[in-house]
Amino acid sequence: MIAHAIFFYVFSFITVISAVMVTVSKNTVHSVFFLILDFISISCLFIMIGAEFLGMIMLIVYVGAVAVLFLFVVMMLNVAHQKNTFFKSTHGSRHIPIGLLVSLIIFFELVIVVGGWKYKPDLINSISLEISEVSNTHSIGYVLYTDYIHLFQLSGMILLVAMIGAIILTYRKREGLKRQSYFSQISREKDDGVDLVDVEKNKGVKIDV
Amino acid sequence: MQDYFIILASEIYKILFLLIPVLVTVAMIVWLDRRVWAFVQKRRGPNVVGPFGLLQSLADALKYIFKEIIIPASSNKVIFILAPIVTMTLALIAWAVIPFSEEFVLADINVGILYIFAVSSLGVYGIIMGGWASNSKYPFLGSIRSAAQMVSYEVSIGVIIINVLLCVGSLNLSDIVLAQEKIWFVIPLFPMFVIFFISALAETNRPPFDLPEAEAELVAGYQTEYSGMMYAMFWLGEYANILLMCALGSILFLGGWLSPINMYPFDIVPSPLWLILKILFLFILFALVKAIVPRYRYDQLMKLGWKIFLPFSLIWVVLTAGYLMYFDLLPTV
Repeated sequence: MIAHAIFFYVFSFITVISAVMVTVSKNTVHSVFFLILDFISISCLFIMIGAEFLGMIMLIVYVGAVAVLFLFVVMMLNVAHQKNTFFKSTHGSRHIPIGLLVSLIIFFELVIVVGGWKYKPDLINSISLEISEVSNTHSIGYVLYTDYIHLFQLSGMILLVAMIGAIILTYRKREGLKRQSYFSQISREKDDGVDLVDVEKNKGVKIDV
Repeated sequence: MQDYFIILASEIYKILFLLIPVLVTVAMIVWLDRRVWAFVQKRRGPNVVGPFGLLQSLADALKYIFKEIIIPASSNKVIFILAPIVTMTLALIAWAVIPFSEEFVLADINVGILYIFAVSSLGVYGIIMGGWASNSKYPFLGSIRSAAQMVSYEVSIGVIIINVLLCVGSLNLSDIVLAQEKIWFVIPLFPMFVIFFISALAETNRPPFDLPEAEAELVAGYQTEYSGMMYAMFWLGEYANILLMCALGSILFLGGWLSPINMYPFDIVPSPLWLILKILFLFILFALVKAIVPRYRYDQLMKLGWKIFLPFSLIWVVLTAGYLMYFDLLPTV
């Protein structure tokens, strides 16, 4: 049990410290690396409470894909050496009040959720399966594809719409682009490419037919 | 407290028992790779150091250890040093869940396949970090190429794994192997095995998909600024990843530690040996591909990943699910 507590405090300490470092580190690429560290330690915490599936999915989706794209954007836009002016706001920037507002709302939402969980334990009793009998992955599958199938499909649709929107926004048709067509390359026969012509003496031949 | 230390010591012993053979095998496999490559091209390959040149990798390692580690002045030093460490660590920790037999597995976790998938998707960070921290053009281009390539091919590997999981009904690697007792998945899912093999080549940056380090265009890609032991760690990490992909392929499709036929001359061979033989078989295929196939162009690589492999494996998921559903073969919990 002591080992459990030690691991918990180590991971939560890393989580909190790296979350702070995301916002205060001067180099944007370092921020993204701290974000990745944050994701990894959060997934360790997930695994510690027995939610192994969630922890692994967190690693695969957030660290393996989302953070890679973050890193990509940050590196490509060359914003790595922008000075962080979070604490000394210059020329009347308005993002600090808005940020505070958003974080206040998130804070109250968390208070409501935690309060509901603390004072009304029946809230989470809607899961009908015994957790100990089936594995984590199976129980998530059972709930996701039976009780919450419509919500699941709906969130899939929302992601699809977002994806198509992003493609349409960035798509531009380029003129004069030469594309390679494997089929026309492979299906070329000898007759299409080679033409045998008997050339008459002193007359020559017209090649472009 | 006494018990706790005994458990800790035995765990460390088990980890060393697994990791030291893996590291030695990685060194030997480099020799094997160069040997196969040479034989295909009618050369001799490394044959001077030791019998058949077996100690070539040892000599190389000694050379790397005594070489100076050069850290470029304009590099980001912390990340520059971290990058090979990340590559090497990630390549080794994935071996924790590989089952060598029914008993011999370090961590028999329920989500083993997801763990391997997660660790191999983290592998891209070593390359991105190395390329960015070098603060130089070629490494940066190489790391960007590699990131895009690995993220793309991970998608199709994920879909292929779903195919296998549909037939098994569990994410545990031992369960996946035991589900193949009647028939190895390479037979019913043969197209998926081919796609998995090609995707694994792309995922581990092997030829013909070694664009991150294409020497004709990018010097050595993300490894350009590295020297000495740090370069060797990138190198070892890469080969450990290749071995891991071979192990994953033999567990998913070739029946892991199971013998081909459960009969007298085959079942006296200890089961870990079967897995090792299968890994070696797949690795020799990797090495042959390196020797006989020319390098892809980058747009062809992306086209292959997104426009051919992904739709094909998605359709195959539908087919597998439909077949299992219709004949009522879906695995029950």
